[in-house]
Amino acid sequence: MIVNEQVAVDHGLKKDEYAKICELLKRTPNITELGIFSAMWNEHCSYKSSRLHLKKLPTKGKKVIQGPGENAGVIDIEDNDAIVFKIESHNHPSFIEPYQGAATGVGGIMRDVFTMGARPIANLNSIHFGSPQHKKTKNLLRGVVHGIGGYGNCMGVPTIAGQTSFDSSYNGNILVNAMTLGLVKKDKIFYSKAAGLNKPVIYVGSKTGRDGIHGASMASANFDEKIEEKKPTVQVGDPFTEKLLLEACLELMAGDSIIAIQDMGAAGLTSSSVEMASKGNLGIEINLSKVPCREAKMTPYEIMLSESQERMLIVLENGKEEQAKKIFDKWNLDFAVIGKTTKSKKIELYFNEKKVADIPVNTLVENSPMYDRKWKKSKLPKKNKIKKEDIKHLKIIDTLKKILANPNICSKEWIWQQYDHTVMGDTIQKPGGDAGVVRVHGTNKAVAASVDSSAVYCWAHPLTGGKQVVCESFRNLISVGAKPIAITNCLNFGSPENEENMGEFVECVQGISEASEYLKFPVVSGNVSFYNQTKDEGIKPTPAIGGIGLIKNYNKMITMDFKEIGNIALVIGKTEGHIDQSMFARNILNEKNGPPPEINLFNEKNNGETLLKLVENNLIKSAHDVSLGGIITAVAKMCIKGKKGINLNKPKYLINEMEYFFGEDQGRYIIEINKKDSKKVTDILNKNAVHFDELGTIIENEVYINDKTKVTIDELSTSNKSWLSNYMSK
Amino acid sequence: MKSSVITFPGSNCDRDMDVALKKFGFKNKMVWHADAELPKSDLVVLPGGFSYGDYLRCGSMASKSKIMQSVINFANSGGLVMGICNGFQILVETGLVPGVLLRNKYLEFICKNVFVKINDKQNKYFKNVNNDVLEFHIAHNEGNYFCTNDQLKKIEDNNQIAINYCDENGNIEDQFNPNGSIKNIAGIFNKEKNVLGMMPHPERMIDTSLSGEDGSIFFKNLIKNLK
Repeated sequence: MIVNEQVAVDHGLKKDEYAKICELLKRTPNITELGIFSAMWNEHCSYKSSRLHLKKLPTKGKKVIQGPGENAGVIDIEDNDAIVFKIESHNHPSFIEPYQGAATGVGGIMRDVFTMGARPIANLNSIHFGSPQHKKTKNLLRGVVHGIGGYGNCMGVPTIAGQTSFDSSYNGNILVNAMTLGLVKKDKIFYSKAAGLNKPVIYVGSKTGRDGIHGASMASANFDEKIEEKKPTVQVGDPFTEKLLLEACLELMAGDSIIAIQDMGAAGLTSSSVEMASKGNLGIEINLSKVPCREAKMTPYEIMLSESQERMLIVLENGKEEQAKKIFDKWNLDFAVIGKTTKSKKIELYFNEKKVADIPVNTLVENSPMYDRKWKKSKLPKKNKIKKEDIKHLKIIDTLKKILANPNICSKEWIWQQYDHTVMGDTIQKPGGDAGVVRVHGTNKAVAASVDSSAVYCWAHPLTGGKQVVCESFRNLISVGAKPIAITNCLNFGSPENEENMGEFVECVQGISEASEYLKFPVVSGNVSFYNQTKDEGIKPTPAIGGIGLIKNYNKMITMDFKEIGNIALVIGKTEGHIDQSMFARNILNEKNGPPPEINLFNEKNNGETLLKLVENNLIKSAHDVSLGGIITAVAKMCIKGKKGINLNKPKYLINEMEYFFGEDQGRYIIEINKKDSKKVTDILNKNAVHFDELGTIIENEVYINDKTKVTIDELSTSNKSWLSNYMSK
Repeated sequence: MKSSVITFPGSNCDRDMDVALKKFGFKNKMVWHADAELPKSDLVVLPGGFSYGDYLRCGSMASKSKIMQSVINFANSGGLVMGICNGFQILVETGLVPGVLLRNKYLEFICKNVFVKINDKQNKYFKNVNNDVLEFHIAHNEGNYFCTNDQLKKIEDNNQIAINYCDENGNIEDQFNPNGSIKNIAGIFNKEKNVLGMMPHPERMIDTSLSGEDGSIFFKNLIKNLK
């Protein structure tokens, strides 16, 4: 095939990008080379629109062993233990083919983690769908949940937490973000940097097929009406093979024969070989005839661009080939020596003894395009004034029930019951709480993990929204008694070529930076997903933050269920009744304008750290952060979980009762304490200048708001638990 | 007491079972599916997971693996063989216990705590367990026990049902059946009651921090009965 500008454009390259390729090579690329450039230079692999801004993220800290740039981030959890973790998007494939798209998303992120030598110990996910009324939503939700479960369950890795939301902006573009945590010894972490000359380059895992060719390019373009035609670009997962690959890799890693290892994810053999060579400042020579292929007559172009799953590329020490092969034979996996490292600093490919590609590595990586896209700053919207007559007719209990049954608040048990969340025998906090918690096997330590996003806040004001998501993650970890350590982010946005979408990205990233810097909660890994839009309509900006925290003694873990009658509940943090962009404003008043709640980073940090002091002194019986739906929703959830009621005190503030109960001011928690500890607790709170109010006393079975207004926990529980299962069974 | 846990390609509850058996005093060995000989054992466990990716039929390929001939001989000579979840599916495929396991009635994977009522205590597994009802944990996609009417009659005549799904008070009713199993069957013995297949995972219920502790009751009792 003759390569020209049109062929390049068909590969998703811009005309000037094609001109630059010709200039760098000082010739016209052949079709295989063009394919390789298109794979490396697309948005998904090159981060060409985001690189400039991602540099601003704080990525360092005392506990950070490896920040962004590797397969995943690594943090220190003491005693020579480390946690490897990352979140990644698989949005486009999941919309086209929900089961396989979601399944291979889970498979891909687990591979990123065990590539570094870590055994995966927990999975999480953040999934976002269109309006429940949209005709595709139900099938997409079912398919995605089955896919996530199908892969994770088979791997034997528990899915311990997650987040699901519905919003019409995802009607034509759902989001599927998968996160994995793995456990590794600090001195046995593996990296992707090749080193040494003439070292054998090994291919292991599944055979290469024609699936997923151009997957990464597909993920770097807008959707249009021809999207169904792109089904063949979705990869097909085989979790069984991945389980074998995991065990085989960990067995090989127990020895000392691996120099570098890299999984074949987006852009398959192309990106894995280029990244290894680039990081090691070396060249790699590959004989494509030796690559194990599933189908006959695959061309070099197809072999290089296939995104077949469950494959790894390894640079071995010389002479270790036989020993390594034995392990992969034992696990019935393909093993082939396909090339070697060279000093040429080029990617040189041979096929049937002919050279089919010859590209300097730096042209693919360092010289890849980087854009300073135009972006638009967003203004803080004006506050709305709630009119008395709008809320006069509202009854607090009915409103609470409506909010508890809202698709974005209701119990997601229908989803997480389909995920094995108890395999590996260390899950000590299941889905449905503030964070999932797994023990570090055989120790007293536990790791807490949470994944959060607040698209509505980010849409209303990206800078505030970006900060809020980081704070929410911080709070969720604090609520289970964990000390927050680091985060991973999955930045889901519309087209970077649209100034407004680009502005949302830039300002969300800035918000994330500010909060993570202040809270000493650095970003150690992540992924950017642009072009989440169909035709001209972009999604609401949806940065998802995955946070990790450490619990040194798992007996001190906190859960959110109210524990004992007679205990008292406090609200930590100040309640001012911010109602704009709240569940209440948007869903009950139908008011979609206004600013999101403000973030005060000092209070966030101070409140959270003080709470950890209370946990350390065994003074907290249960805790839950106040988020969507405000105080009353948080309290109702603690009641439902604990099968207990509460007698709420009359609010002291001058604000309206609705604003008091449903306002979404940030930096707040509800904690349960024993009456006899009251003085100790208030002393610590006062000493640290933490604002608190006494909320009420825990009683049996009913929520009393004032003497006249009450509701049973069973009623609240029914409102909360029935929406999703009813929706899915209709 | 010596136990052996078989690891098949795709097993993923083998480590959990190893941890549980050791916790309650077994000297456990992990045995690779391609081995020919079983080590000397008082108990052999086929663990949960997705042996051979559940391809063809759950448990079917594992039932033909090399070690299984030794396991079958061991069972036929009266040795204790317990299959949990995928292990139960493998046992069914070998014919050591009757019946088959179909996909769950609602076609969804289920992971949750369930109550089971012990139907028979005249066997090494449940003898001397004080409780009649235990809280166990299930996590499966194909646990819907099915057999023919003739088989069911034999099973009942021989009192081969080990445990049934029930509520916390031991009521065996349809609404407490998580997967559509005939007669709420959660576990079943062979005729001689030395082979037990069950869907619930006792190994996930062995300390207060996990889903519960009723698995501890099961294992403590099991090792006592073997001594």
